[in-house]
Amino acid sequence: MAEKVLMKGNEAIAEAAICAGCRHYFGYPITPQTEIAAYMAKKMPKIGGCFLQAESEVAAINMVYGVSATGKRVMTSSSSPGISLKAEGLSYLAGADLPALVVNVQRGGPGLGGIQPSQSDYFQATRGGGHGDYRMIVLAPASVQEMASLTVKGFDLADKYRMTAMILADGTMGQMMEPVSLDFPEAETIEKPWATNGTEMKREHNIVNSLFLQPDALERTNFERYERYAYIEQHEAMWEEYRMEDAEICVTAFGIASRVAKNAINEARKQGVKVGMIRPITLWPFPVAPFKAAADKVKSFISVELSMGQMIEDIKLATECKKPVYLCNRAGGIIPSPDEVLAAIVKANENGGDL
Amino acid sequence: MLTNNKRITILCGHYGTGKTNVAVNLALSMARAGEKVTVADLDIVNPYFRTLDSAAAFNEAGIRLICSRFANTNVDLPSLPPDLYAITDDKSHRVVIDVGGDDSGAMVLGRLAPAILEEDSYEMYLVVNRYRPLTPDVPSTVEVMGEIEAASRLKFTGIVNNSNLGAATSAGVVLRTVDYANELAQAAGLPLVATTVEENIYPDLEGKISDLFPLTLQNNKPF
Repeated sequence: MAEKVLMKGNEAIAEAAICAGCRHYFGYPITPQTEIAAYMAKKMPKIGGCFLQAESEVAAINMVYGVSATGKRVMTSSSSPGISLKAEGLSYLAGADLPALVVNVQRGGPGLGGIQPSQSDYFQATRGGGHGDYRMIVLAPASVQEMASLTVKGFDLADKYRMTAMILADGTMGQMMEPVSLDFPEAETIEKPWATNGTEMKREHNIVNSLFLQPDALERTNFERYERYAYIEQHEAMWEEYRMEDAEICVTAFGIASRVAKNAINEARKQGVKVGMIRPITLWPFPVAPFKAAADKVKSFISVELSMGQMIEDIKLATECKKPVYLCNRAGGIIPSPDEVLAAIVKANENGGDL
Repeated sequence: MLTNNKRITILCGHYGTGKTNVAVNLALSMARAGEKVTVADLDIVNPYFRTLDSAAAFNEAGIRLICSRFANTNVDLPSLPPDLYAITDDKSHRVVIDVGGDDSGAMVLGRLAPAILEEDSYEMYLVVNRYRPLTPDVPSTVEVMGEIEAASRLKFTGIVNNSNLGAATSAGVVLRTVDYANELAQAAGLPLVATTVEENIYPDLEGKISDLFPLTLQNNKPF
């Protein structure tokens, strides 16, 4: 096994992408994800890859579209305001059934907001952002190691299902440093017979496009795409359960918030409170199964988020509102302290689950 | 040794090598020895994890902090502190300068270089961490060193081995970098002035590595 290295989350994403066979990166700098571009700028020329600092986020996502159409692995990265600019391109990628990896290292918003960590692009990532009926696979890493491993996984899923996979991280995950192992399983070879990579006079032309001249053809394509999405919802949800065996209160958190929540849960357990956590690793598809099961056992759910409460809606949908779901949140770039989360857990425990 | 008798100590290196931790601990150890100390945070590259995080410890130790007034805010500008020239003008203080990563961070030193050279009482240490992915060996580290010297218009005078794997650092992790540090010193023609290690593994390494310097790390993160 190769020796571990000490990496920032952003660097881990970049190196993992290279390990996954990505040789094309297009981006535009924005804090707190700039290290991804900086790393690619240093590394890509040395390995025969292409790093290009585009003139804008809009240009970068359209370069991604172009390279993806040729069947190559390609990525772009940005932070919240930059992802908004890419939204049109994300919709076009979906409409053309093109695979891509897009990274959002979130910062506080809305608007220009700030540069401190946030999770307030949950709706944007899981509900679209761009126009039209489409989904993206959304992966939420909670360690620098997962920043790397989910990047590799994201490329595989994107190719397998011909769609965009998004890494939804936050400023702290991007900036923090942790030891990482860069040993990944051999990438699956996924054939791309649709790629526009030259016919060599042996096949018909492939056309990559999101425009349909006949409404019924467009409708049919949408229905077919949603059959694929339904399959993904059944087969690709990922989550981690923590101390849920006898839990009466279920904390839910992803990414950096789940790390704070874990500290709070450990402290609450010391005080005898029966509390556990379900940590969604895929935000779309949302891991419905463990929430359905938990809803029959726990008294209530507490959603710990760095937003005004966005994932909380998916918890309510997954549990069909069988049990109350409460919010414990900070916003605008502030991370809650374990004590704040602990106080919410303890209060819910004292009130028979209610907060 | 990391502690020296020059008025100014400059810490540079590839970004993420731990320059700020080394700077904070060196300044605290000088203050404990009764010196009047200033820490100058000249990082124009990274707006996160700054010396400002140690403001309380500095206050307690009577250390003056010269730092961009926008550090740890939402203002993401490569701005310099207004009291920048106190570094070279106020010779009553000993100064530890924490410089931003790589040549882009070291560029700031160019403005101060003439006054620093004229006073001629400085050490400039290259802080290295072999576990950083872009500087895993001697040639890549020497390359970064040359880039920093060109940007800063100053020459390094020593090397500080701060090789670590964060929370996964053990005595063995540090011992595996001893050859790298010695070979680097030889290739650069500079002394290896110190190996810096977290205080909890310091006892395991005492006597095994010369010029060992213990670091107390800040641990106030909620995650």
